[in-house]
Amino acid sequence: MTTTRASSVPTWMSMTRGRFVVEVKEFTRTREQMVFIFFFPMMLLLLFGSVFGGQEIADGVSFAQYFLPGMIASGILNTGFQSLAISIAIDRDSDALKRVHATPLPATAFFAAKVTQVLAVSVVQIAALVAIGVALYDAELPTGSGWWTFTWVFLLGTAASTTLGIAMSSLLRNAKAASAILTPLVLFLQFTSGVFLVYTQIPTFLQHVAAVFPLKWLAQGMRSVFLPESFEAAEASGSWQHPATAIVLALWMVLGLIVSVRTFRWTRHDDN
Amino acid sequence: MTEPAITIAGLHKHYGDLHAVDGLDLEIPRGEVFALLGPNGAGKSTTVEILEGFRKRTAGDVSVLGVDPHHATKQWRSRVGIMLQGTAERGSLTASEALRYAASLYTSPRGVDEMLEAVGLTEKAGSKPATLSGGQRRRLDVALALIGRPEMVFLDEPTTGFDPEARRQFWTLIESVRGDGTTILLTTHYLDEADHLADRIGIIAAGRMVALDTPAGLRARAADARVTWTEDGVTRTEETATPTAFLRELLARTPEEIAGLEVVHPSLEDVYLRLIGDAANVSAGEDATQEGSA
Repeated sequence: MTTTRASSVPTWMSMTRGRFVVEVKEFTRTREQMVFIFFFPMMLLLLFGSVFGGQEIADGVSFAQYFLPGMIASGILNTGFQSLAISIAIDRDSDALKRVHATPLPATAFFAAKVTQVLAVSVVQIAALVAIGVALYDAELPTGSGWWTFTWVFLLGTAASTTLGIAMSSLLRNAKAASAILTPLVLFLQFTSGVFLVYTQIPTFLQHVAAVFPLKWLAQGMRSVFLPESFEAAEASGSWQHPATAIVLALWMVLGLIVSVRTFRWTRHDDN
Repeated sequence: MTEPAITIAGLHKHYGDLHAVDGLDLEIPRGEVFALLGPNGAGKSTTVEILEGFRKRTAGDVSVLGVDPHHATKQWRSRVGIMLQGTAERGSLTASEALRYAASLYTSPRGVDEMLEAVGLTEKAGSKPATLSGGQRRRLDVALALIGRPEMVFLDEPTTGFDPEARRQFWTLIESVRGDGTTILLTTHYLDEADHLADRIGIIAAGRMVALDTPAGLRARAADARVTWTEDGVTRTEETATPTAFLRELLARTPEEIAGLEVVHPSLEDVYLRLIGDAANVSAGEDATQEGSA
């Protein structure tokens, strides 16, 4: 075999970029990911919007408008948490992670590529959701400081979701259990966190349960971006609670990070 | 000569009471093709996975290219090519995409197209793992292990499940790599594969090395012929390097017809089976002793 000298020595950046391309291909070429993670929030937005769209929740806010930020929030959770936890668990079970670990790809580059892929998918997903909301349900694009709020809620929400997704992938003993455990968990959060149902209309004790988890705060943060300021008074606490949102999401991110670092493994649990 | 590619001293790996690797010593010089041969569960893969840096060992010293694989660095990973035992059926990348990505991780990789040709997958360059046959997937695995131009290659049961034709092709492929000084450690439970490919063969059974020799050396152990006959109603056996002389003597002292007379030259396979059989008996005997003392 003849020698082919590569023109460049691989760097952390070039390896991360290369891995990012692989991750995007893996995501977009997997039908389950595209249907249940990428298109699902859009399908739900269209479904709920056409069924309940006209109903008014409060002073000029329709259910469809209320539903848009909720779907954006759960899209972030789906893509970061659910999709990542399941795909990493499958990759661990099938030794795909072990294969990655056998190459010179640094672990930090691997995770950077995963997180970047989640960010990229989420941005496209949110853009599509907003486009549907604007085109069909009179949703309005944020203005001025709204974009700043959107940016930090989005980034902090994605950070918390991805670290928790990686942490969860290690806690799940095998890939078969992954979707069976995570799907009802995410559904429960969606029903109690102001996504499928209006948050103020569910029983108070369920509100308290949901307030422990990130989705409630993510959805509320997105409502503060996409709903008129007048709606703030209709929130459970009468406020958008931005500082509390930042704190809760940051705490979950730190918890996810600690568990991830302590429990992540490249090989199966029975493989030691 | 430089330091050996692999040094193993007193390697143990225990899973509770099970001693998967039970005191292994081995040195593999650079450029050698070494076959670790043994039945399923003998400890081949456990040993190789310790050398690959995937498993922790219970005791002993291990060095691969001068590095303890338990503390593998990315720099070390770039010098080592690994083909795992299982094969990936999932995956969304085509054969050429997977190779191109893998090549991008190394400083002086082999060419993607040459690699595809070397493993006979040029026609399948645009195919995903799901549409490749088991043998084709395995050949893609070999290509992925070799693309980074590694100094040391681990091939864990590379041809299990192959048909004879595919195994022949695989052997040709490995022979083309051995020329450029790459050290290869392969595990197999096919005697003919080890015989065909390896410079040296280590036969492992019950976690221990029961023989370590060149293929020719192992074959020489098969030189003794076994003479079997029945005398006074008892079946007797004599193993001898000079069966003709022994027969002459036997015929001279036995005027009548000899019942059940047989001269057998054991094959390499007989040598192998006897070696792993002895090891199984030894460990069974030890178990009995342990139980007795418990």
